[in-house]
Amino acid sequence: MSTPAQEQARPRRVVSGRLPWMLVVPALLGLVFLVLPLAGLLVRAPWSTLPRRLAEPHVLEALRLSLVTATIATAACLLLGVPLAWLLARVEFPGRRLVRALVTVPLVLPPVVGGVALLLVLGRRGLVGQWLEAGFGVTLPFTTAGVVIAEAFVAMPFLVISVEGALRGADQRFEEAAATLGASRWTVFRRVTLPMVLPGVVAGAVLCWARALGEFGATITFAGNFPGTTRTMPLAVYLALETEPEAAIVLSLVLLAVSVLILASLRDRWVSAS
Amino acid sequence: MVFRRLSRRVIALSVALALALAGLTGCGSGEPAASSSGGGAKELTVFAAASLTGTFTELGKVFESAHPGTAVRFNFGSSATLAQQITQGAPADVFAAASPATMKPVTDASLAAAPATFVRNKLEIAVPKGNPAQVDELKDLADTRVKVALCAEQVPCGAAAVKALGAAGLKVTPVTLEQDVKATLTKVELGEVDAALVYRTDVIASGGKVRGIPFPEAGQAVNDYPIAALTGAPAAELARQFVELVLSPQGRDVLTKAGFEAP
Repeated sequence: MSTPAQEQARPRRVVSGRLPWMLVVPALLGLVFLVLPLAGLLVRAPWSTLPRRLAEPHVLEALRLSLVTATIATAACLLLGVPLAWLLARVEFPGRRLVRALVTVPLVLPPVVGGVALLLVLGRRGLVGQWLEAGFGVTLPFTTAGVVIAEAFVAMPFLVISVEGALRGADQRFEEAAATLGASRWTVFRRVTLPMVLPGVVAGAVLCWARALGEFGATITFAGNFPGTTRTMPLAVYLALETEPEAAIVLSLVLLAVSVLILASLRDRWVSAS
Repeated sequence: MVFRRLSRRVIALSVALALALAGLTGCGSGEPAASSSGGGAKELTVFAAASLTGTFTELGKVFESAHPGTAVRFNFGSSATLAQQITQGAPADVFAAASPATMKPVTDASLAAAPATFVRNKLEIAVPKGNPAQVDELKDLADTRVKVALCAEQVPCGAAAVKALGAAGLKVTPVTLEQDVKATLTKVELGEVDAALVYRTDVIASGGKVRGIPFPEAGQAVNDYPIAALTGAPAAELARQFVELVLSPQGRDVLTKAGFEAP
């Protein structure tokens, strides 16, 4: 946990002399293992028909839906996730460790299981869902709102973890000083805490957005798959694979490009924030 | 000391290598004894459409007891996906598809000769318990207040649904196009949709969790299921025998009990 300033001031330690091959060999194997499949996509891509395929209405429709839902999901995660991270980092309460563990469950839960869980709670016959439908005539499955919910469920832990880490790394004395000077807790949070951890929040939001963009399992299980309403890019990829593998490759390339772009631009912030 | 350090290195290296090897081979894996022909345990690998899960599992047990020492392994999934895995070199011995269209890529690649139609399947309307939207016939699905799930047109049950609806001259706007028939059925079981078009066999396999409603237009969208032993089969002889079992009266018995029709 160091601030960006410390990070820059500290001289980088470089491994010098003979390279420890028992680290380098597995490291290179690991690199190949992770990068080779991505290279495979590039090699097999139908470059000549790429522009035509990308311009197809259903591709653009899926891409637009993906971008819109991932953005809304990220906004929702910011609204709920930042306060949640604050609660976990700054407030002592019984069962905090358990809550923290629960918050991170969607990270490791198979997304399909997440989708089933959402259906059982928010579906038409679900615990909360039946009540929503009877009371307000609102049904969430098979709607774009359902996609947003599925994405937010899976992506929010990325934001919470990132922001909580930033909060724990931030110097609390500034907050204490502000409080002694008479600032309310809300003012302290808004004027002192939030600006301090902003890089962490941004990093978390971008990770959250990227995860939402790639969400598949929970979306197809909870929100279904209908063009224009719930068929996001990952779903379009899966379906294209059934009949038109080349189209699936093209769609995958787009997702890959977007993800790499996002993560590459994020790298510095991410490192300095954690 | 030198010796100890060396042995540590050796251990570290072998662990790294073992992990790397596991990583490299693990993906296509899980088949230690498949290629060892003759003597000892033998394996037969059958790729079959998801709608055959119940019946083929049963036939697999029949086959195993008739061929002691043989293990039948199944890969159930969407026919189109399976066909693709086979054309990409998956080590399969037998392929049973839910439609001639999904068998075609395999025969086109000369990976199977002369598939035989072994059963047919018909669509039914599946409604959840209590039939909340009071669906009685196909034309009720065109009502916009009825939430309908269909299979995507790219998979056999979806292609059949399009054909049936076309034959009835109906325009239905589903709320979702699922990637396979089981996923479609699940949406009905959970009561998330009011109706879906699925195979009769899936309605029966659901064990009363959904109700099936037959409709006359289903007769115009019958799906033929082809089966073939693959030409590059690692266990060619067993593959031939398994196809024989499926086509035999005993095999037909199992299949028709599950709701399939004889071709």
